[in-house]
Amino acid sequence: MCLRVEDHVVLGKDEPGKTVEITVDGRKLAAKEGEKILAALLANGIIVNRYTVKRKEPRGLFCGIGQCTDCAMIVNGKPNVRTCITPVKEGMVIETQHGLGKRGAIHD
Amino acid sequence: MAWESGVQFMIKKEVVVIGGGPSGMAAAIEAAKRGAEVLVIDANEKAGGQLFKQIHKFFGSSEHGAGVRGIDIGRDLLKEAEELGVEVWLNSVAIGLFAEKQIAVETGTDDAEKIVRVVEGEKIVIACGASENVVRFQGWTLPGIMGAGAAQTMINANRVLPGKKILMVGSGNVGLIVSYQLMQAGADVVALVEAAPNIGGYVVHASKIARAGVPIYTRHTVLEARGEGRVKEAVICEVDGKWQPVPGTEKVIEVDAIAIAAGLKPLAELAIMNGCKTKFDPILGGWAPLHDENMESSCSGIYVVGDVTGVEEANTALEEGRLAGVAIAAALGKITAEEAETEKKKIWDRLDGLRSGPHGEARMKAKDRQLADFRQLSAAEI
Repeated sequence: MCLRVEDHVVLGKDEPGKTVEITVDGRKLAAKEGEKILAALLANGIIVNRYTVKRKEPRGLFCGIGQCTDCAMIVNGKPNVRTCITPVKEGMVIETQHGLGKRGAIHD
Repeated sequence: MAWESGVQFMIKKEVVVIGGGPSGMAAAIEAAKRGAEVLVIDANEKAGGQLFKQIHKFFGSSEHGAGVRGIDIGRDLLKEAEELGVEVWLNSVAIGLFAEKQIAVETGTDDAEKIVRVVEGEKIVIACGASENVVRFQGWTLPGIMGAGAAQTMINANRVLPGKKILMVGSGNVGLIVSYQLMQAGADVVALVEAAPNIGGYVVHASKIARAGVPIYTRHTVLEARGEGRVKEAVICEVDGKWQPVPGTEKVIEVDAIAIAAGLKPLAELAIMNGCKTKFDPILGGWAPLHDENMESSCSGIYVVGDVTGVEEANTALEEGRLAGVAIAAALGKITAEEAETEKKKIWDRLDGLRSGPHGEARMKAKDRQLADFRQLSAAEI
């Protein structure tokens, strides 16, 4: 299922850009350099970013502009990164966040 | 520059604009054009606010930039600001507004360490925009359910579909336009529900999506979202004259996303925190700071423009920003009071034009009430 908007009636063709590799919960995925982490995940069919503290409920994209924090994940060991406004970089290690998340072994 | 525990202090600017959307950029441009030193701080990696998601052509007359797409207006604004030497700090959030017009600004992205700087502005413009309202129903927190603005951001800015079978909730202009744009991006809008008896936005937008085959259910709401880990089904139903669900009218629709377009409310926290006098007006989206004809709030030297002071449209936001920019230039002594009056008169004429017609009139009255309340406030204080 292709979820990228490659061609658009008003915006035209999307620039291909540079492809980088990211790791999401241990899985290697291709992403476009500089695109938002959330967009790269959506394009790969991943829509759950985190699970809530008490009820362990899944959460994903809600506001898309860094206001609501529902899309927070652990990035390079750092929890609570708002993936909808944080750009993808080569080699990023991204993990689904459970609860408040803990700072992992990998540091930025 | 002095550094104390990672905080950089005492940067001074004549004008600091908080928010680089249409109103903030317009204020910055008008002030800079007349010789003021302007800094814009913006939370995003690119300024322009929501303009870069508005791929449709704007309405109005030619002097309001009608027929021009929001993305093009945004591009021109950024270019003009750059040419005028407006300084812009990106990925920068105002985390505090203190006495003596000092603003604490945090800069950086979440994946790295951020820096905090304190900037002092002789004049401050609060132009933070608005945030989306939500509608709560059973299952509303399931992934796949999002604000209509979020869906629009995904397709038009991030070029990725948040779903392929989408239910839109709300028929204001945002609900109608985003529905159409979702279809332009290749998604199906399986239905649009509106709790009111009539469509809220412009008929021309509603007609476009109706012609494309989207069923529009007025007097309907969404009762429940179902699914495990992602929304799979939406249950919609009729509502009665008291907005209550009518039992037995439920319909189950297969969806993979629900977009909620239930209006916006002013992001007025900074103004409120600073003690700017506010008033609640449902037409303007809720609590909004009062202001005078120059867009100056009840706190001297603090101006409020755009959706912060009442949710309207990008074109009114631009004009309000221009008004503040001209008024600030005059207050700083960059132009004479007479020059400012002439310019402000032109802007007010354009604003009045934008606030006319069946959809503009209610906003015109609300903005008039706001100005009247401000005058009453000033009179009481004297």
